[in-house]
Amino acid sequence: MQRNWIGGAFGWLWLGVVLLPIYFVLITSLKSISTYFGSNPVLPSLPLAFENVTAVLEADFTRYLLNSIIVAAGTVIPLVLMAFMASYSIVRGTRRVFGPVRSLFLLGLAIPVQATIVPIYLMIIRMHMYDSLVALMIPAIAFGLPLSILIIANSLRDVPKELFEAMDIDGSTEWQKMWRLAFPIVRPALITVAVYQTLMSWNGFLFPLILTQSPEQRTLPLALWSFQGEYATNVPVVMAAVVLSSIPIVLLYAFGRRYLVSGMTAGSGK
Amino acid sequence: MTALSSSPGSGALPAAARAGADGATAARSSTPSAGAVSDAPLSAAGAPTASRTRGPREERVQLSHLLFALPALAFFGVFALLPLVGVVALSFTSWNGIGAIEFTGLTSWTDALTRSTTWHGLALVVLMVVATWLLQTPLSILLGAFLAGQQRYRNLLAILYFLPLLLSSAAIAITFKSLLDPNFGLANGLDMPLLRQNWLGDPVLVWVVLLFIIAWQFIPFHTLIYQGAVRQIPHTMYEAAQIDGAGRVRQFFSITLPQLKYTLITSSTLMVVGALTYFDIIFVLTQGGPGIATRILPLDMYLTGFRGNEMGVASALAVMLVVIGLSLALGVQRLGGRDSSASQMEGA
Repeated sequence: MQRNWIGGAFGWLWLGVVLLPIYFVLITSLKSISTYFGSNPVLPSLPLAFENVTAVLEADFTRYLLNSIIVAAGTVIPLVLMAFMASYSIVRGTRRVFGPVRSLFLLGLAIPVQATIVPIYLMIIRMHMYDSLVALMIPAIAFGLPLSILIIANSLRDVPKELFEAMDIDGSTEWQKMWRLAFPIVRPALITVAVYQTLMSWNGFLFPLILTQSPEQRTLPLALWSFQGEYATNVPVVMAAVVLSSIPIVLLYAFGRRYLVSGMTAGSGK
Repeated sequence: MTALSSSPGSGALPAAARAGADGATAARSSTPSAGAVSDAPLSAAGAPTASRTRGPREERVQLSHLLFALPALAFFGVFALLPLVGVVALSFTSWNGIGAIEFTGLTSWTDALTRSTTWHGLALVVLMVVATWLLQTPLSILLGAFLAGQQRYRNLLAILYFLPLLLSSAAIAITFKSLLDPNFGLANGLDMPLLRQNWLGDPVLVWVVLLFIIAWQFIPFHTLIYQGAVRQIPHTMYEAAQIDGAGRVRQFFSITLPQLKYTLITSSTLMVVGALTYFDIIFVLTQGGPGIATRILPLDMYLTGFRGNEMGVASALAVMLVVIGLSLALGVQRLGGRDSSASQMEGA
């Protein structure tokens, strides 16, 4: 095959476009405020200033980090379990009953989350959960279900039905088949969903903005935003906050990349 | 679409939602087989004995299946479907976000439709959708086709391309804000006077910035989708074309592009519906400014409801957003000539 010059040239150019801002954030986060104003913005300057990191950590960063972790765990764990059980019943149940169930969840894919924030705000207030971390988990679980069910159900369909029949012969109940047979087999799909939904939860901005109020309940993206307002004149500290808030999710990506990318590319059009 | 269209209730499902149906292939090929085991006693007229002996047990099994789906169904119904109904209901009320909710008929709607910001926001949404598509689609296809090569370094590139998707929109907006600073940003560092503009203060330039940042964030995602799709194109097609003497460019236009048709529909649906809901980037970057130059409909909805305390009007705007989203998704499907384009990532 001849070489794809246009694609190749553009591919490397795009790499620069992608990496330049990331590089800028990294080097700026390690500049002291005085060198930031004095030095060339695209060159790193020595000595490296780690005081920005200290400043961010002192600005309650750990609390926001913990909040983000709590919200992500409180969203993703129930979400994956519920989506798995629903997928199981959709795939294993008869079409007569579960066709509509399936269709209902598919409908969810077409709902722009944003369009529902006013009623969600109202519901959360009425449930006396406004300004709590739980308030952030509830809508995230609900809107994460359709896509999760889609991915998990696709994977469950590929489980040979002979395996279920074999367990039938052993006298297993549906509950046992679900957890002992199906659950381990579709684990890659479950990890895909978990990684993806963690990413969504970690970066979520709209729900925290609307459903929380006090600084104690802030998650990282919202904290980052208000931090930027407070430290508008100290860009290196803000950049350090950007870096610190991204480290956990980059680590997660390093671990879950294989699942994330395969889940994303599989079945997206054949 | 056999599985979907034969199942009751699917007729009522908007095409946009159906578009989201799992790689339609999976739905088509495996739903019948998955249903086959438990379907048999209910439908197979030729097996009355099996039906008698297995009937009660099947019913129990069905009941337990329904129980498994119950938590998800309840959650989804209450916190996703109910709000959808709720937003329509709220659009006929006046509510300041704290006090009592009053039914006021069409007042909120007339308010929403007579404000100039609404029409401005709508026009901006259209601009956003069209410009995003025109900018991101060709580049994503080009990059996707390039990355589909088998060399290891291309996989490394794919890993690096993915990085922007990991960052929160807040982080991205904050980063670009300082990157574009006329005095301490990129313009100064690269010593390029051309870059030294009032990027966020000019109503036209701010859109250049916005479209670029959104492309920076989302092109990698679409590139990955195309990369996966290009890898699925059978090699033999290229070999045959080569024997016929077709060059690389010719191969791209005669094989790669046509083969990407359904991926194009998927990616476009996601892009178009996604472009409707860009909020956090704009909110952090410009707050809709300068003036109302970037006060796109979703942002207008937020500002109207949660800053202006007009939840009724905000709800009316939200309903518009839903309608536009559904019609756009539907439109893309129609253009594609197939209503089952298969996307796993819609609404992401």
